[in-house]
Amino acid sequence: MSESEPERTTDRDEAETLPTGASSVVTALEDAGVEAAFGVQGGAIMPIYDALYQSDIHHVTMAHEQGAAHAADAYGAVTGEPGVCLATSGPGATNLVTGIADADMDSEPVLALTGQVATEMVGNDAFQEADTTGITRPVTKSSYFASDPDTVGDTVGEAFALARDGRQGPTLVDLPKDVSNAEDVARPGPAEGPETQDIPDEADAEEVSRAAHALADAERPAILAGGGVIKGEATDELRQFAVDHGIPVITTMPGVGAFDETHDLAMEMAGMHGTGYANMAITHCDVLLGVGTRFDDRLTGGVDTFAPEAEVIHVDIDASEISKNVHADYPLVGDASTVLRQLDDALPRSPDAAAWRERCAEWKDEYPMDYDAPEDEPLKPQFVVEAFDEATDADTIVTTGVGQHQMWAVQYWTFTEPRTWISSHGLGTMGYGLPAAIGAKVAAPDQEVVCFDGDGSFLMTVQGLSVAVRENLDLTVCVLNNEAVGMVRQWQDAFFEGRRMASEYPWGPDFATLAEAFGAAGFTLDDYDDVADTIAAARDYDGPSVIDCHIDPREDVYPMVASGGANGLFALQEEHL
Amino acid sequence: MTGELPGPAPEERPHPSGRRNKQGIRIDPQAEAEPEIRREVLSALVDHEPGVLAEVSGLFARRQFNIESLTVGPTATDGLARMTIVVEETGPGVEQVKRQLRKLVPVHAVRELDAATERELALIKVGDDDPAGVAAVAEMYGGEAVEAGPEVVTVELTGTESEIDAAVEAFERFGVREVARTGTAALAGGTEFTAHETHDNE
Repeated sequence: MSESEPERTTDRDEAETLPTGASSVVTALEDAGVEAAFGVQGGAIMPIYDALYQSDIHHVTMAHEQGAAHAADAYGAVTGEPGVCLATSGPGATNLVTGIADADMDSEPVLALTGQVATEMVGNDAFQEADTTGITRPVTKSSYFASDPDTVGDTVGEAFALARDGRQGPTLVDLPKDVSNAEDVARPGPAEGPETQDIPDEADAEEVSRAAHALADAERPAILAGGGVIKGEATDELRQFAVDHGIPVITTMPGVGAFDETHDLAMEMAGMHGTGYANMAITHCDVLLGVGTRFDDRLTGGVDTFAPEAEVIHVDIDASEISKNVHADYPLVGDASTVLRQLDDALPRSPDAAAWRERCAEWKDEYPMDYDAPEDEPLKPQFVVEAFDEATDADTIVTTGVGQHQMWAVQYWTFTEPRTWISSHGLGTMGYGLPAAIGAKVAAPDQEVVCFDGDGSFLMTVQGLSVAVRENLDLTVCVLNNEAVGMVRQWQDAFFEGRRMASEYPWGPDFATLAEAFGAAGFTLDDYDDVADTIAAARDYDGPSVIDCHIDPREDVYPMVASGGANGLFALQEEHL
Repeated sequence: MTGELPGPAPEERPHPSGRRNKQGIRIDPQAEAEPEIRREVLSALVDHEPGVLAEVSGLFARRQFNIESLTVGPTATDGLARMTIVVEETGPGVEQVKRQLRKLVPVHAVRELDAATERELALIKVGDDDPAGVAAVAEMYGGEAVEAGPEVVTVELTGTESEIDAAVEAFERFGVREVARTGTAALAGGTEFTAHETHDNE
């Protein structure tokens, strides 16, 4: 801190009133336990930032608002508490929207605070005005327009609680400048969710009993663990339930980490790029216990052929997910850990599934994730992912962008712990990886953070390197560089007769040099002999480092279920599509 | 391209014969019938404040729910408005509409109304070539002429949606110039009340 900088004080703890609406907003954040926030300054949000000047909240200045929203999203995913992001009105707010929509699709707790032009100017197309609540309403749990300085802090508290409680998700409070600047405002009360929000805990006991009997009678039972298991803090209950009753566990992509992938019962991820054995198990099971999943189309493939012989038990805290995509024969609306305990209590006996477990084990042998990695050919991305996994601890957090690299990361990293796999699942936002790594590292400074990215994806939010350098965040980015938006290239080869329109990126930058230009450490990797040493050097560097890893540009992601196809017909090579 | 994995090809694997329909319900593929579309009247108590109508109508638009009409007006309780929404959906579709509505923060209660009292108000402007005929048709539908200007007569009617449909058709022979309809407003029958079914999850 320079000597000329005014002293920061925090002496308003006991005051009945607060000096400004903005200080009420910041007090509400502090009272809710917020420790960090990610944002970008700008005209209409300046009063809030001025109040943050007096606060102990660690503000991470981002290079772009999209990154602020992704960082807050990852912070929420790692901690379970809402991540906070800030942006000014107009373009600041619209730049947040992609990140908010991403958090909405993945049910990540995020509180977005946006500046707005003064109330009397709203609707006049004033400078940097955008209809932020209107734009964000479809992609938030609720989007608030703060109109009263005496309740603005309570509104922020309510939005915080709403983001955190029940099915998590993003909320937004739009803060007109006159409300933030208003003087002598009431002190906000504790953060409380809206009275209309109903958060179920226990599921209907009769329905639980019916479901438990169906499960006990199953010959081929399977659990499908979704992201709601992790967000509902039900990982322990789920593991216990599966192991006690000998039920194989399949996960969705957001559910990765809910079950230890080294366990015999682990079938790993199902769906478009899931394992062959997970897709066989989900296709042939006769009772499927889905917990905290919305049965997304990337998981189900065509609904007509999804688990076609299974009675579905669906546990979800959000009643609107019941029978939305796949009909629930046994709908259990409630908290995941509570309902799993209820099911455990109601289960008359474990299902007799020894033969089925044997079958699942055979599928693991029949469809191994074994790739060829000839030493005289370019590096295989799967090898690099596995090498990173071997070099790091079990609690290492992995973030990714979106595309082929994301699929190799989820397929070839062995996840054992919840909240270590942080990705853009539902919205599929290229560029998520680096800002998510920043958010994750701020949330968990004692855990190692590795970001796998693609060259196309990394290029979208690469400016975040300046943030990682300034904050001296010790994270490692591994760009699996195939000089293409590879997933598009793979689809063009498979479905568009190889017409590679706008998918090849041979003009991309030298990412090692680019990293150095930002003040980060840069490495280039293109030889099997250097993999271990380069990973070690990048991890040893105290600060952000980037490995530009030149991989085999011909490599495709398999297994693959064609869009809308049957999971059981997953392709193991292009000829199968 | 590379990246192939070992294992039996798709046609070498066992495949279950079962199927699901578009609602994700397991079916006998031979016996599948098209899902039946129902007309249901929903009543919702909502915060009476700006933006709520946009939130509800936006929900219907983005989730492709089919609504026939939506009316909104204040209630006897300060700060609460009632929305009456007529939807045309399959059974699971109606359930989805209700569940999605309940998730909205400004929505206090939602219920499906059976045995409801339903009314719609219509203003119908017709030509005045045959004033006696217009009056007779208006009377037949329980309406009355509320304005008789040069060349046109405006008739006010209330009734169920189908009664209004029939009336508009009956007025066609006088030359209907303009019609304004409010959409259906409805209340649950007898001692049933919307608020009894608060934000529950069934």
